[in-house]
Amino acid sequence: MNNAIRTSARVLSSHFILVVLFVFAAFPLAVLIFNSLKSRTDLAQNPMGPPTEILFSNFVTAWNESAFLLHATNSAILVAGTVALILTLGGMAAYSLARLELPGAVVVMGYMISLTAFPVWLYLVPLFFQWRTLGLLDTLPGLILIYTAINSPLAIFLLRSFLVQIPKELEESAQLDGASRWSILLRIILPISWTGFLTIALVVAVAVWGEFQIAFVILQDTDKYPITTSFLAFAESYGRDWTLTSAVAVIAIAPIVTLFIIFQRRFAEGLTQGSVK
Amino acid sequence: MLSLDYRQKMKVGAWGFVLPIILLHAFAIVIPAGAGIFYSFTSFSGIGEANWIGLENYSRLIGDESFHAALLNNLKWLLFFWTVPFSLAILAASLLAQVKRGAMLYRVVFFIPYVLPSVVVGSLWRFLLHPDDGLPGLASTLGIPGFELALLGRSETALWTVAFVDNWHYWGFLAAILLVAMQGVSKELYEAARLDGANYFHQLIHVTIPGIRPTLLFMFLMTGIWSFLVFDYVWVMTGGGPAGSSEVIGTFIYRTAFQNFEVGYAAAQGVAVASIAITILILFSLLRKRGWEI
Repeated sequence: MNNAIRTSARVLSSHFILVVLFVFAAFPLAVLIFNSLKSRTDLAQNPMGPPTEILFSNFVTAWNESAFLLHATNSAILVAGTVALILTLGGMAAYSLARLELPGAVVVMGYMISLTAFPVWLYLVPLFFQWRTLGLLDTLPGLILIYTAINSPLAIFLLRSFLVQIPKELEESAQLDGASRWSILLRIILPISWTGFLTIALVVAVAVWGEFQIAFVILQDTDKYPITTSFLAFAESYGRDWTLTSAVAVIAIAPIVTLFIIFQRRFAEGLTQGSVK
Repeated sequence: MLSLDYRQKMKVGAWGFVLPIILLHAFAIVIPAGAGIFYSFTSFSGIGEANWIGLENYSRLIGDESFHAALLNNLKWLLFFWTVPFSLAILAASLLAQVKRGAMLYRVVFFIPYVLPSVVVGSLWRFLLHPDDGLPGLASTLGIPGFELALLGRSETALWTVAFVDNWHYWGFLAAILLVAMQGVSKELYEAARLDGANYFHQLIHVTIPGIRPTLLFMFLMTGIWSFLVFDYVWVMTGGGPAGSSEVIGTFIYRTAFQNFEVGYAAAQGVAVASIAITILILFSLLRKRGWEI
């Protein structure tokens, strides 16, 4: 009896602290959504609370004024290109490390680990000049190559950890038939491990969709801006109009938040696995 | 049995599978890093020749007070990130590990800030911290005194405020990672602790934290390295100001290279950051060797 009371008191106080943290995490987002639905006069009188009258016109204005479609397309190209390259090139490397008895696999793994700890400020400035010489500066493909290089070491670790779990017997029977590495990878490994690949795709998509610093350095032509650099430019030029800025922010985060909520289990699994293992 | 010939062929071909990504790494990371080390000994301005000037950039760096101030700000950032997000994340994860009802909702909401782009978070909090329209205004409307400060506009508070906002985006991610680690701690240890009459804090200190130590230390290591690389939040929220009070190495390097066109000097600063990262890594691996089980 006494124990039961103690336990429920404990659960109650746990929930109390968790609710405080919940408000801490959610309140700023609620304000963002509220403000995207207000008129400017409404916001001036009531900057934090829910809108007195719900207004969708900010989204129309924001969509047009920020050239949202153009920048979202650029971001989508960056995400698609990076995800595709990481899944193919990274997937091949992970398969080789997990399965093909790669001579020197330990060295390759060590090399990948050291790459993840490489500070971006050691190579970003010289990379700018190297990309300029190669004609890759101010291009989306040039940025995709950088994103692939930076995000792939962790992706390879995660994919490798998925692939080593697959029982070897499955491949061995195909090997006995003399199947090539490629056909084993495509016909046996991929169909079993596609969930692992999906997890990596999500983690990389979130990272690229929100990436700012490298895009800021590499891209100068505003028509090539992804949503991050274009949002900053918009927020700077529309300065005090928080209704419009909030509306742009809401449509800029909507795709990634939706993706996260749909796949949140898989997503958290991918990110956490990388650091727990 | 597989033929020896077949196995041999598979092994040689294995390199073909890793080569493309290794070439890309070399091309986009390793070669530029090498070029950065080279530039650090030159007076390269971004155009024309890179003239060798030996250690001049490094001796300038040692005497550059703005660089020291930026480095000090990174150390403050490190101090903040080794304490605040870890405390929040340990608290949240240890509570989440206990509750059943609503656990999923808490987890999702705690994590959402982590998936938001830094530019959106920075701009949102600039609004929230606005002295008139934001939370300080709300506080004074409600009659709560002491919040009318322009936290981002004062040199004493700007850096800590930006760090606080970055923490808002980061702690939920850390909590998710620590929660996974906590779920791996044996239930029997908690049972035993409870039988001994251990309360929440005893269990946290004697069971939970020792149980997740490898993950905790790994995240300390990574957070430590990241603390020297921050750029986005500072750039978006204060631009390093007011009067350079929130300048960090990342924004300092950007300015040196792309606004002052002192690429050689910026490269030397990049090498300095890399040396710090390497030092942190070496310290951690030394601790590990001394039996810390990292």
